[in-house]
Parts: sequence; structure tokens; C-alpha cells
Amino acid sequence: MVERGPGSGTSRRGFINWLLGTSFGGLVLAVLYPVGRYLIPPAAGESAAASVTLSIRPEDVAPNSAQIFKFGNQAGILVRTPGGELRAFSAACSHLGCIVQYRDDVHHIWCACHNGHFDLNGRNIEGPPPRPLDEFDVNVRGDEIVVSRGA
Amino acid sequence: MTTFKQRMGSVWEWLDDRLGLRAIGSIAEKKEVPVHRHTVWYYLGGMTLFLFLVQVVTGILLLFYYRPSAEDAFESVQFLMAEVEFGWLIRSIHAWSANLMIFTAFLHMFSVAFLRAYRRPREVTWISGVVLLGLAMGFGFTGYLLPWNELAYFATRVGTQIMEAVPLVGGFMATVLRGGSDVSGATLTRFYAIHVAVLPMVATFLLGLHLFMVQKHGMSVPPDVEREGGAKRSMRFFPNFLLRDLVGWLIALAILAALAAYFPAHLGEKADPFAPAPIGIKPEWYFMFMFQTLKYLPAHILWFEGEVVGIIGFTLAGLLLLLVPFLEKRSTRGEPSRLFTWIVVAAIVYIFVLTYLGYTADPTV
Repeated sequence: MVERGPGSGTSRRGFINWLLGTSFGGLVLAVLYPVGRYLIPPAAGESAAASVTLSIRPEDVAPNSAQIFKFGNQAGILVRTPGGELRAFSAACSHLGCIVQYRDDVHHIWCACHNGHFDLNGRNIEGPPPRPLDEFDVNVRGDEIVVSRGA
Repeated sequence: MTTFKQRMGSVWEWLDDRLGLRAIGSIAEKKEVPVHRHTVWYYLGGMTLFLFLVQVVTGILLLFYYRPSAEDAFESVQFLMAEVEFGWLIRSIHAWSANLMIFTAFLHMFSVAFLRAYRRPREVTWISGVVLLGLAMGFGFTGYLLPWNELAYFATRVGTQIMEAVPLVGGFMATVLRGGSDVSGATLTRFYAIHVAVLPMVATFLLGLHLFMVQKHGMSVPPDVEREGGAKRSMRFFPNFLLRDLVGWLIALAILAALAAYFPAHLGEKADPFAPAPIGIKPEWYFMFMFQTLKYLPAHILWFEGEVVGIIGFTLAGLLLLLVPFLEKRSTRGEPSRLFTWIVVAAIVYIFVLTYLGYTADPTV
């Protein structure tokens, strides 16, 4: 490659073109960068709370039924098994994030969107869900239910 | 004393001097439409255009009452449907015209594929058309959420979650599209901006390009008609073809009015992010074949999640569709291409069968 000094005529034009091109490129970047960052949503203040006290009382959840509760901005499902045990899972189906529900006819947690079945340990046992539901710890303190993320 | 006609004549002269109206008129006069046994398919593009214009008009009217927020959207549509005079009509026509537009756009595309109208020199026309169909589906996907009802909420949750399965960039793309990690009020305002500003701008530009290309190259005569030779018949675009177009548009308007009156658009229940997904959530019918395909894929195919395989498959299919003029060269050379005809037939059969299953298969088994 021939190195051209700033003295010759063609290189002056080349230099001006380079300057214009770079400036234009810089301008485009200076416009696109803020627009790009603007479009990326700010990280939501995800609830850092590791546990939540439910407004549901233990006796409100009959055996073989379930209720949806709020865990921060996520939905959880509180299940009382036919044996009477309380369990809690994330209510977002591991498949495509629909909110699951309890099927008292088959004793499964069930997602209506794509017919995904989970057993009462949250394991995906039928249909498209690729993973089990995230499980939470349930503690009953008097007539309060406290749900917390497992350590 | 100058007559009214003379006066209008001089106004026309004045404008013509400045705007060159005569040149436009002579273009319209010269434009010819070939007449042969496949001429009927030429009307589908114009029909799609008409339905698009209906969307623009009714869409603008809906903006007068719609309030784009998670708190207000459902109530504003409810108010529009129940209180505003003819509100139900405007919204129902918007919904029906959207569906019919996508239907005619699909028919238009398949007819162009069968009649080989994409062959050289019309590659750009084909590509702009395929992208326009993609935009129409984007209009459908974003518009579906705007009433903020239960079905739309979960359909959007599923739709954006599917995007998350795309390797590497999927999670990022879904977050930007939703304005967060979940479908929320932020998603609604984003979809609103995309639906009423971004997509209309891009679609208008591409539509201009598409129509300009049609004007530049004229209507394509199918190769089998060309091979037969014989006398070439044609009719003038203006007024002969345009008047026939108009008849079709009037029929379409009548059908729209009838559909809107007898099958008005539903609203359903307001979306609740903390309620279980209702049984039988469905995407719009034109997404159904893809949705149903994903249902039949197992959770894992080899070491991929089933969804990922499905998404990659449909992305490849879309890419192949875009590149049809460059992959199917036989018809440009004037040779028949039966294989391509069978591929298109197979695609249509696939879409039909999967759509049928999507509406009839029991969702609870």
C-alpha cells in the first residue's frame, strides 16, 4: 500500500472523504446508540424479597385444590395435596410461561395453553414442558402461610 | 361569458403546467392488463390493497377512543363497543378486514407462486411482497394484544416466550419487544407504538416500492400462456380493469359490513396476569399452523428443546420463501418446474391440515 502524504492532490480529496465518511459514521452511531439504549427496557426492580407472607389462610385451601398467589411480580401456585400437604411452585409453566392451574380430576398441576402436566412435586410428566416448575418452601406459622425461595 | 367547464379547464391547465398532470394521465392510459385464462388472479393484489386502506381508515377512527395502558385499554374498548355510536361497527370492520386482508395476501402470494410471476425481472416485487405479508402478520400480532383481554394476554405471553427459545439473541429480543421480562403494561405501549407508527411507516414505504415495481414491469404473463403463443389480448387498465377492481372492492365492503354486523368482534374478559391461563387460548388463525406444529413437537429433539427446532424450521421456511426467485430458475429460462408446483401444493396442504387440527384437536387430552 502506498502511503500518501497530506501534500498531494488525490490524498487531500481522500482525506476529506475519509473525514466526511468518519464524521458521518460517527453521527450515525451517535444517533443509533441512544436510540438503541432507549429501546432496551431498564431492569425492573425485581422483588429481592426471598419470602412472602400470603393473604391466604391455611384453612382456605382445601385438600385437592390450589390457589394462585403473588410472589413479587411473579405468580405462584399454592397446592394442598389430597393428602393434606401444602406445596408451592412458580405458576409460570416451564414451557412458554402461561399461568398453570390445578386439575382436581387428575391431581396434576396443568397448563391449559399446551396441555402440559406436572405432578404434585412440580415434575413435568406429560406434554411439552421441558423442566419441572420451580419449587418454593412453604411454612405455616399459626394461621399465616409464608412462602420462600429455596436457598 | 365563460362557462363552468371552460373555467375548470383553465384551472386544470394551470395545475398541469405546474404538476405535469398530463404525464400521469398518459401513464394511466398506456397501462395494459393482459387477458388470458388466469387474469382473475390479477385482482387479488388490488383486493389486498383495498382491505389495507380500510384498515388505515378504521384504525385511525379507533385511535380517537383507544387509551393505550394496562389500566385503561380494556375499558376504553368496552366503552367504544357499548357506548360510542357505531363503535362496534368500526372495531368489527377493523378486525374482519385484518383477517380478510391477510387471507387475500396469502391467496395473492400463492397465485403469484403458481403463475411464476416472481421470475426475472420481478424478484424485488416478490421480496417486497413477502416482507409485506410478514408485516401484515406483525400488525396482527401487535394489534391482537391492544384490547388487553385474557385471550390476547396469554397468546402474547406464549408468542413472545416462543421468541425466547431462539438461541443466543432470543431472550434479549423478547425482553426488548415486551419492555421487560413479562408481558405487562410496558408491552402494551410498545405494541401500540409498533402497531400504529412503526409498522404503518415501514408498510407504506414497502407498499410504495411494491406498487412502483408492478407499474414498472407491468403484469406478468404466466409462462404456460406465453408458451402457447397465439394472439395476445389485453385490456386497458384505465378504466376497464380499474372498474372491475371497483366492483370487487364494493363486494368486499358488503361482505365486511355483513360479517361485522352478524359476527361482531368479541372482547371477552379483562387480562389478569395472576389468573390461570384459560382453556383453549388460540392465536389468530394465520399463526395457528405454526402454533399447532409446536404443540406436536416433543420436549426435546436430540439435544435441542423442541421449540427451538420448530422456530429454526419456520425461520428457514421464511427465508426460502423470500429467496424463491433465486432458487427456482427454471421458469425464468422458460422451462416448466413441476417440482416447485408440488412444493407449493405441499405447503398449502400442510397449512390447511395443521390449521384444521388446531381448531378441532381437544386441548385437554
